[in-house]
Amino acid sequence: MIDMTRYAGQTAGTLLNRLLDDSVSRHLGIKLDTPLTRVMISLIALAAVVAGYRLVFGIGAASNLNDQWPWGLWIGFDVLGGVAMAAGAFMIAGAVYILNWQKYKCIARASILNAFFGYLLAAISITLDVGRSLVIWHPLVMWQINSIMFIVALHLVLYLSTLATESSPMVLEKLGWQRALDGVHRIMVGAVMFGVALSLLHQSSLGANYLIVPGKLSPLWYNKHLPYQFLASALMMGFSMVSFETILTGKVFKHSVPFDVIKGLARGIMIVGSFYLVFKLFELVQGPGLMAPFDGSLEGGMWLLEMTVGVVLPLLLLALPSVRRNRNKLFAVDILVIFGVLFNRLNVCIFGVARYNTAFGGDYFPSAMEWILTLGMIAFAVLGFKLCAKYLNLFPEPH
Amino acid sequence: MAISRRKFVKIVAGTGGALVASGTPLAPLAQAQLSTELPPQATGILYDATLCVGCKACMSKCKAENNVPGGALYKKGRSTPPYEKGNLEANNGIWDAPRELSGDTLNIVKLYKNGNAQVKDRAVNGYAFFKQQCLHCISPACVSVCPAGAFRKDPENGAVYYLAERCIGCRYCQLACPFGVPRYEWNSAWPEVRKCQLCRHRQEKGKMAACAEACPTGATIFGKVVELREEAKRRLALRPGEEYRYPIQVVGSKDWTVRGAAHYVAQVYGLKEAGGTQNIMLSGISFELLGFKNNIPNYDLPRLTWAYISKVLWVFFWVFSAGTATYQITHRKKDKEGQS
Repeated sequence: MIDMTRYAGQTAGTLLNRLLDDSVSRHLGIKLDTPLTRVMISLIALAAVVAGYRLVFGIGAASNLNDQWPWGLWIGFDVLGGVAMAAGAFMIAGAVYILNWQKYKCIARASILNAFFGYLLAAISITLDVGRSLVIWHPLVMWQINSIMFIVALHLVLYLSTLATESSPMVLEKLGWQRALDGVHRIMVGAVMFGVALSLLHQSSLGANYLIVPGKLSPLWYNKHLPYQFLASALMMGFSMVSFETILTGKVFKHSVPFDVIKGLARGIMIVGSFYLVFKLFELVQGPGLMAPFDGSLEGGMWLLEMTVGVVLPLLLLALPSVRRNRNKLFAVDILVIFGVLFNRLNVCIFGVARYNTAFGGDYFPSAMEWILTLGMIAFAVLGFKLCAKYLNLFPEPH
Repeated sequence: MAISRRKFVKIVAGTGGALVASGTPLAPLAQAQLSTELPPQATGILYDATLCVGCKACMSKCKAENNVPGGALYKKGRSTPPYEKGNLEANNGIWDAPRELSGDTLNIVKLYKNGNAQVKDRAVNGYAFFKQQCLHCISPACVSVCPAGAFRKDPENGAVYYLAERCIGCRYCQLACPFGVPRYEWNSAWPEVRKCQLCRHRQEKGKMAACAEACPTGATIFGKVVELREEAKRRLALRPGEEYRYPIQVVGSKDWTVRGAAHYVAQVYGLKEAGGTQNIMLSGISFELLGFKNNIPNYDLPRLTWAYISKVLWVFFWVFSAGTATYQITHRKKDKEGQS
């Protein structure tokens, strides 16, 4: 290891040395110089170029968005999807710190960090998606409490800070700043409750954004309970994402979490998923009718895809005891749910409004730059997580 | 971590109390909800498509009059109004030929054509002109959704206007507008949202909207919304062919043209749409054929999102109450163990 005191002076060097000490994760055997890391770094570099281009030349130059299609891939995937992927943190944090379910403590740090990157991804993307990125802070001081977007903006900032607070002990204990660590521990339970409230609101308010467009969003998705559907699907996604990430890190890093934990998460998917399925079917019957998705239209097909991949198939698989007992099969179920909920967000943001938008002559398919930025964002989150796994005590051993 | 239960409850109660206290500035929440009443001095436009001859004088005047400080198209350092080439090769740039509403066009007259297009204001084998612009909702969705309050409704005349210095460019207004009106400056690195602002800068000087001033036939007239609504109802009551004095420029004007009434569709567009709009329209053929959606709800849209927002503080209250109660129950055993 390089001794940083030689380059950065005594004080800063010692801190850097402590931060860059990877002995905490030696047992995980994380290698940084891998082909995948190189691919991710190139993607991030490309995305940075795109971000610069977008800032200099405007959104019209970088994306295929237009007056009929004001929101596209960046909102649909990065923001709506990224936030949904981060839903696991508040549930795990709540389970550990409020319900006192200690068996989940071993995955708390990882799932909170995972959420932190999910939200960071959403925050960076929306900063680039708004046309006047430099004044994106306006809603924080120019309150407009009729606006769901104002609520979203406020929550995004507050929750990002909450996640940072919840994650900070990992860094503080490495630096050996005991007083700060004590301070964070003292407010931890309060912070967790704050995070739970913010998450419940934030997940649902992304759906509430669409309450104002009854005439634009297809009735397959539009109903007055859309915020609660967003919340329910985000919970399902949260369980799957935490389970996915736990099994994945168990595979690629030399580290293993008790199967009991993964089984508990699967039970979560089953409970929330069953509720969500009934909820979706209920709203379908109440709204456009049970047969509406089968009319052969693109919207109908996308609805069926989202529900089959993300809800029906996972629930059927989870009904089999052989699946529930097998790590790899549960891994597959997690992936299905993640894709299903991502489809749902893209459906609401893009496919659900397509009929209305194209009726006015608008056409949209994400531009190369939109894809690159989105891919770069994913790479950024994955690489960031990996770096944290290497340098921070992300997976405390279960006692 | 040694932190006693009592101390913890204190901390949470303190935080919750501070939260409620910080919530008190939100007490006038009830008043924050947008009004669904027409402002007392509300002004607007009545566009009667059966009188429109498609001369586009309104479009030309709109561009010129709004390209001045205070106008809805104004941009510092731009002298000529933003003309659009409209993908026409022969257009050398001084001929304004917009195809749609855009960041450079706030008001557009379009042609409806069917079959051999012989008779005006007839759906089959006929033609008709129609005008698109902001309708100035009584409860505007754009005002309610803007996270930074960049869209406002004038409390006096009800014009829905835009404050660029607040805008962050998120385009939620574009998504939310049921009529698809707001347009974005896509090619700008510092874009603004553009739409008709009912010539608010001219109204301040006691003038009428520029398009109404320019209209030679009385197809577009300006006035108090209440009077415009009455004028519209009078026209709907006419028998086709019955002679009527159509006022020019403003409702109740001393200038008028006399002509036989067209066959009107029995609907005043803008009376009920999205809870009512200040600009209203009459037409000889159905509005849906003219591209105006017929599935727009007949109530104020902001109430849909308000139903959600009004619950936000309760979520904090319940999470902190239920969370504290749960924490006490789940951590009771541990405390006792610690003491013993």
